[in-house]
Amino acid sequence: MGIHVNDVKQWLFKTNSRMQEEKAYLTALDQAIGDGDHGINMARGFQEVAIKLEKTAYTDIGSLLQDTGMVLLSKVGGASGPLFGTAFMKAAMVCKGKTEATTADLGAALQEAVNGIKLRGKAEVGSKTMLDVWEPVAQYVQEHAEQLSWSALNDLARLSMEKTKEMEAKKGRAAYLGPRSVGHLDPGSVSTYYLMEALCTTMNRSGEPA
Amino acid sequence: MNNVGIVLVSHSKELVSGLLAVLKQVQPHVPIAIAGGTDDDEIGTSAQKIRQAIESVYSDAGVVLFFDLGSALMNTELAMEWLEGMDKIRIADAPLVEGSYAAVVESGCGSTLDEVVKTAEDAKLIEKR
Repeated sequence: MGIHVNDVKQWLFKTNSRMQEEKAYLTALDQAIGDGDHGINMARGFQEVAIKLEKTAYTDIGSLLQDTGMVLLSKVGGASGPLFGTAFMKAAMVCKGKTEATTADLGAALQEAVNGIKLRGKAEVGSKTMLDVWEPVAQYVQEHAEQLSWSALNDLARLSMEKTKEMEAKKGRAAYLGPRSVGHLDPGSVSTYYLMEALCTTMNRSGEPA
Repeated sequence: MNNVGIVLVSHSKELVSGLLAVLKQVQPHVPIAIAGGTDDDEIGTSAQKIRQAIESVYSDAGVVLFFDLGSALMNTELAMEWLEGMDKIRIADAPLVEGSYAAVVESGCGSTLDEVVKTAEDAKLIEKR
């Protein structure tokens, strides 16, 4: 069973719920090492995504993801807007014209998203950014596309997010803090984890083997 | 011959509105456009606003762009990707205030895009005291 356009919609609705629930937490994380607007920005951005998806009927995952990217780009202030926006728009290209995607398509879409984030943010893995979650997730999905375990993917995403705590920031506002950024989770990695967690719980419920 | 256009990108609309007023006093005939704040005029930057700002001052003389903080660069690069045909857009690696001030003076003299960028980037080396 593949990933249907309706699953993608449910995934993003679920992501929105998580962003609303964790708005204060994300903002608190960002107050520690950034400019303190991450929760507000992500909650506002995904709220707008949910509104857009609610009033639009999609048969093409590509156009759903493209719209999501454009909304995030224009509604999320700060660095997360262009980064998440680019990620979704790059992923959209892979899914163009598909009503249902395979896990191999998902792997390819995630890889394109990673490439887009790297290009936009000029960051690499290990710099305490959202890439530290995006890249291992993309890699895992590509390597396990034949028999993807959504719960294992969720665990990997969470562990990758937790690992950012011990990293020193090399990019973004937190980089101004240098070694003082160690000991704090990277807010963008935490919100990326919520995105991946929502994907895994959505797909698990759809009956994929866990 | 047109003067090189100047685009000012900032997280704050007020910040670049103020800077625009300063620069307009220096050289009233140099085309300058601003892109400050998000689409809702909150703190942040907007690729859409940046795109419109570039379009409004673009000519065959080119455009030099100045920005304040990190993520403004990302939205600027995104806007430039949307404006593929406009190949004379340059991002100055220079401080927003000093750089744009120097650029406006240079552009006002009828200098080329390369000269304006060079003068703007040299502003990094100005000692303030």
